[in-house]
Amino acid sequence: MAGIHPPVTDWATDFDHTDPVWAADPYPIWADIRASGCPVAHSERYGGVWLPTRHEDVSAIAYDTDHFTSQSVVVSEGRPMMPAPQGIAPPISSDPPFHHGARRLLLPAFSPKAVAVLEPFTRQYCNELLDAVEGKELVDGAVDYAQHIPVQVIAKMLGFPPEAADTFRMFVHNALEGVDLPVEKRIENFGLLDAYLRAQVDDHIANPRDDLTTFLLNAEMDGEPLNPEHVGGTIALLLIAGIDTTWSAIGASLWHLAKTPADRERLAAEPELLPFAVEEFLRAYAPVTMARLVKDDFEFNGCPMKANEWVLLPFPAANRDPEVFDNPDEVVIDRVENRHAAFGLGIHRCAGSNLARMEMQVAIEVWMDRFGDRFTLADPESVTWSGGQVRGPRQLPITVN
Amino acid sequence: MKVRVDQDKCQGHNRCYSLAPELFDVDDFGTAKELNDGVVPPGLEDKARLAVANCPEYAIELIED
Ligand code: HEM
Ligand code: SF4
Repeated sequence: MAGIHPPVTDWATDFDHTDPVWAADPYPIWADIRASGCPVAHSERYGGVWLPTRHEDVSAIAYDTDHFTSQSVVVSEGRPMMPAPQGIAPPISSDPPFHHGARRLLLPAFSPKAVAVLEPFTRQYCNELLDAVEGKELVDGAVDYAQHIPVQVIAKMLGFPPEAADTFRMFVHNALEGVDLPVEKRIENFGLLDAYLRAQVDDHIANPRDDLTTFLLNAEMDGEPLNPEHVGGTIALLLIAGIDTTWSAIGASLWHLAKTPADRERLAAEPELLPFAVEEFLRAYAPVTMARLVKDDFEFNGCPMKANEWVLLPFPAANRDPEVFDNPDEVVIDRVENRHAAFGLGIHRCAGSNLARMEMQVAIEVWMDRFGDRFTLADPESVTWSGGQVRGPRQLPITVN
Repeated sequence: MKVRVDQDKCQGHNRCYSLAPELFDVDDFGTAKELNDGVVPPGLEDKARLAVANCPEYAIELIED
């Protein structure tokens, strides 16, 4: 993506999470900052942004809803237009006390039991994707496989037409990976998403059915129906939050297995390790970095944070902190102690974490059932990674036989 | 041995429930609760330790006899 920002020359004082160097390999950047005398870096870009790199600091900020607001969790040149505490996409953009109710009404749909119901559908869909590439020697783990899975599952949950998958993905890309675009362009893109969702919602108002969209339209908070901005914002969130995150997590897992024969062979021989391997991939390649805005001027661990500055919450960096994880840069597919923060920490813990785990598990299982240990990275140089706050492989050519 | 979930800290990551369903249950909102007053039956001590070692919120306390 052609960015509007100059390349970074000093990562400690002028970092930019949309820089191609960060997208290619952010871990050494975080490790250097973490080990420096100042583990919370600052950059003047985006109107001021802070970057904690230690688990301790990332979790302290995630827990501190008094000094930091979730009004916007995606760093951009602009600042959010929807006021706290509801924000543009509840509950992710909401602060207490509004957040609690907005989150609570979503949770049952994503409980372990509710998610288990979707497993056979997910499994069948993963198999269909691999049937479609049957006989090919080169399969793109991201383009042919990972990117489709979460779209199809969330479309089913929301009751949206499955053939709209490509449209969804464009929206998601715009929202999360288009942060480098000028503000006007971003507003235009959100307008398109808005119009699309409005049509879906209108259709559900006219034809109620047993899905998450109808549920949200009928839901109440404190005895009142949700306002239309709340319903629309939550639906947009479910589309955006679940798609390129899970796509990235599945892709990064396949990438690791395709380039690491020992782990691939071991997992093929001991499939019971898969749940542990999934957690380890989530730890080592956590795709999601969130953000907060500083509410008022405030000193955090000696850092003079100013009102309206951004704070990145790099959960992937927290997951590589040697204070919390032994050999953090080593991928150990049967790691026993693994308190990783890939799904966040505190009150905004990913509401879709049970769903995401199921999708990852099924996707990798179906892939391994099909190819065993007979797959390998076609060309490490041709793997590309998305930049910004959701990081995962976007092109992942794998040779299979 | 006993386990105890601090429900104020628990954010519903559901790691305990998936690693040791014999010892924990979760409600529809993801909040975990220890089963059987938290008493860990003989033979399940390792599972109890595993759950503790995988709770991202440090919400599970292990009480050794
Ligand atoms: C591997 C895939 C995923 C990862 C790594 C991930 C990561 C995260 C993280 C780190 C947060 C915390 C946000 C914050 O602290 O501001 C979050 C929140 C959220 N995620 Fe996910 N997510 C994934 C998949 C999903 C899926 C599949 C869905 C549902 C369709 C989903 C829905 C949500 C929602 C609704 C929130 C907001 C929760 C709240 O604010 O209370 N996510 N996610
Ligand atoms: S692992 Fe921890 S946070 Fe997650 S449900 Fe269990 S007690 Fe709660």
